[in-house]
Amino acid sequence: MPTYRTHLLVCAGTGCVSCGAFAVKDALDKEVARRGLQNEVLVIATGCNGFCERGPILMVHPDGIFYQRLAVADVPHLVEEHLLKGRPVRKLMYVPPAAEAPVPKMADIEFFKHQRLIVLRNRGRIDPEKIEEYIAYDGYEAAAKALANMTPEEISAEVSASGLRGRGGAGFPTGRKWDLCRRQPSAPKYLICNGDEGDPGAFMDRSVLEADPHAVLEGMIIGAKAIGAAKGFIYIRDEYPLAVSRVGIALRQAREMGLLGKDILGTGFDFDLEIVRGAGAFVSGEETALIASIEGQRAYPRQRPPYPAQRGLWGQPTVINNVETWANIPSIIRRGAAWFSSLGTETSKGTKIFSLVGKINNTGLVEVPMGIRLRDIIFAIGGGIPKGRDFKAVQIGGPSGGCIPKELLDLPIDYESLTKAGAMMGSGGMIVMDEDTCMVDIALYFLRFTQEESCGKCAPCRIGTRQMADILARIAAGEGSLDDLRKLEELAMTVKQGSLCGLGQTAPNPVLSTLRNFRDEYLAHIVDRACPAHVCKNLIAFFIEPEKCVGCLLCLKNCPANAVSGERKKVHVIDQAACIKCGACFNVCPVKVQAVAKYTGEKGRALRGGAPVPKDA
Amino acid sequence: MAQKNQKTAPPGIAPLADDEGAVVRGVVEKYGGRKRAVIQILQDLQERFRWLAPETLEAAARELDVPLAHVYSVATFYKSFSLEPRGRHLCTVCMGTACHVRGGVAILEHFERKLGIRAGETSPGREYTLERVNCLGACALAPLAIVDGRYHGQMTETKANQVLEALIGSSE
Repeated sequence: MPTYRTHLLVCAGTGCVSCGAFAVKDALDKEVARRGLQNEVLVIATGCNGFCERGPILMVHPDGIFYQRLAVADVPHLVEEHLLKGRPVRKLMYVPPAAEAPVPKMADIEFFKHQRLIVLRNRGRIDPEKIEEYIAYDGYEAAAKALANMTPEEISAEVSASGLRGRGGAGFPTGRKWDLCRRQPSAPKYLICNGDEGDPGAFMDRSVLEADPHAVLEGMIIGAKAIGAAKGFIYIRDEYPLAVSRVGIALRQAREMGLLGKDILGTGFDFDLEIVRGAGAFVSGEETALIASIEGQRAYPRQRPPYPAQRGLWGQPTVINNVETWANIPSIIRRGAAWFSSLGTETSKGTKIFSLVGKINNTGLVEVPMGIRLRDIIFAIGGGIPKGRDFKAVQIGGPSGGCIPKELLDLPIDYESLTKAGAMMGSGGMIVMDEDTCMVDIALYFLRFTQEESCGKCAPCRIGTRQMADILARIAAGEGSLDDLRKLEELAMTVKQGSLCGLGQTAPNPVLSTLRNFRDEYLAHIVDRACPAHVCKNLIAFFIEPEKCVGCLLCLKNCPANAVSGERKKVHVIDQAACIKCGACFNVCPVKVQAVAKYTGEKGRALRGGAPVPKDA
Repeated sequence: MAQKNQKTAPPGIAPLADDEGAVVRGVVEKYGGRKRAVIQILQDLQERFRWLAPETLEAAARELDVPLAHVYSVATFYKSFSLEPRGRHLCTVCMGTACHVRGGVAILEHFERKLGIRAGETSPGREYTLERVNCLGACALAPLAIVDGRYHGQMTETKANQVLEALIGSSE
């Protein structure tokens, strides 16, 4: 195998690919060849690097230099300066918000500095489509150890001792689940990897499958030995075609190398895996529903117990774990339970991947030790809130989770503390919200989501979520009453207690947590008929401040409802009766002018002059 | 869902043309005729035909030797299946939470106005289909729209206009 002096690691995760990473990689390949460097410099497409906000991203190895927001046009200059003359290009480096000097090395960038990589240890440094690169970084060492030197009891005991808990949501101890399954007398047994990552705003599982698919395969091989399974399934969401393709390649390569199939590594152990694609149903992320989906049925959940570890796929004992959980296993077996459990808090060990999205400067994927404070994630790693706005809340746990207000920013994150705060670990989506986010609107968003995704099997979830969404819609429209709040709380408890599966049992959380932490916003909508964040359309009015308007015609041209009238250099006026509150005028008005304002409450009503909102608004 | 069901197999559907029948047979064979693979089979068929016609579903049920009702129960449950023909161009607007807080709703409404159809609908000449999706996990690009497989991140009304003008120009 030839050696190269420099590796150019181009991020080829979904985020970077969407903004042109492959074009940049092709340009790099061409330029490297044109400069005659093809025997010294190797260009590699890696999995997701995590700092999605800054894509397309390039890491130069071994220099550790981090380039960001690359365009094809930057490539010739970069190759000439950095690779020929040895002068890193400062203008392509990352400049932190509110700083002037760039930070050249990836290791020095705040976003990366506070992270601790176990699951994502190979991110951005290996080509996920080459098994050799995974093996070069100790890949399959743990599988070899487990298959050759460990008994099923020892493997389960090691995983139990590590304190690893399920990373998909509820946080059930993984070792205990395996043990329960291992003890079942019935055979055959099955393994499932739950890659049906449906929580909006969470994309860590996709990233792991895309960036390091072999870590999941290796974890499952170890799990198979622990419970005595010969067959496993990897269920991947249909919206993740790149993940499906990379896992498919990984399976083929593992089979060719004798790491899957008959007599793995000559140990006499047989195990194989199959990919099953999901078909777009949020409920299939629930374990019993997912099992029904693999069986070729509608994804309906069923009553537990019996748990899948007792009676799962085709009625047989089945261990089902989330992608991130599986990807933790190889490191635990290779480095030992004591090492793993030295990280984290009393009840939550190891690390957790969070997707940091929404109103945040550094959008991306971060892996941090359990117990880290929310403040550190949002302000140190995430770089705070853009445009100098104020932090309002962070929503954790997707449609099952809740909104955590700024008073709780010093909360150390683990399973228990989040649950206590009214949120939930969930899969680890963190949606940051600023003062322009309306909490009633967010609660309504999630309830509409769960109502649409409810499979309809049980009444509390099917009917309850619908009723809750209707009440919230009424409040958001300024037509709610104080009695609605009482009804909401009552319904929430019924849905929580009466629903069959996790979807319904947790669906009221976004409502309950916003009611608890942001009750004044609900009251503003009901009593003052005002939306303090200026989001709910029925309660706001757009207005052009005459003293600020320069008459540039921009809003007039961009108004889809032709509601703006005026002439060049004359003050423009919005016809409130025709306005559909789309906000186009607000968005296009130049930052220097800022003549378009939003009003709510008394002033908003006065401006609207009782003008009804057009039907399709 | 109810609307989808109205379209279900009326008596006397035209049988699939021979080559289409062969496609269905081929796909079912690819999965070894396993009944549990019905979801995968429908996905492959939809990729091939762009939607699932009543004739396609009937052929799949026949080849798999399962009741037609079972195939329909699956096809109507999962969102990625379309029981209506889709347009030549597919526009998808992401409605994930990150997109929502960054103004995804306004983007979807803009597409609806510009294309003259609501989310989930296809334009009368089968030129455009507009769909919404619950998060594609590309939240750094929020708000996000996908037009004919190409991702357009940090969408604004102005950007959407440019994308749509190019699209409408290409189909005229």
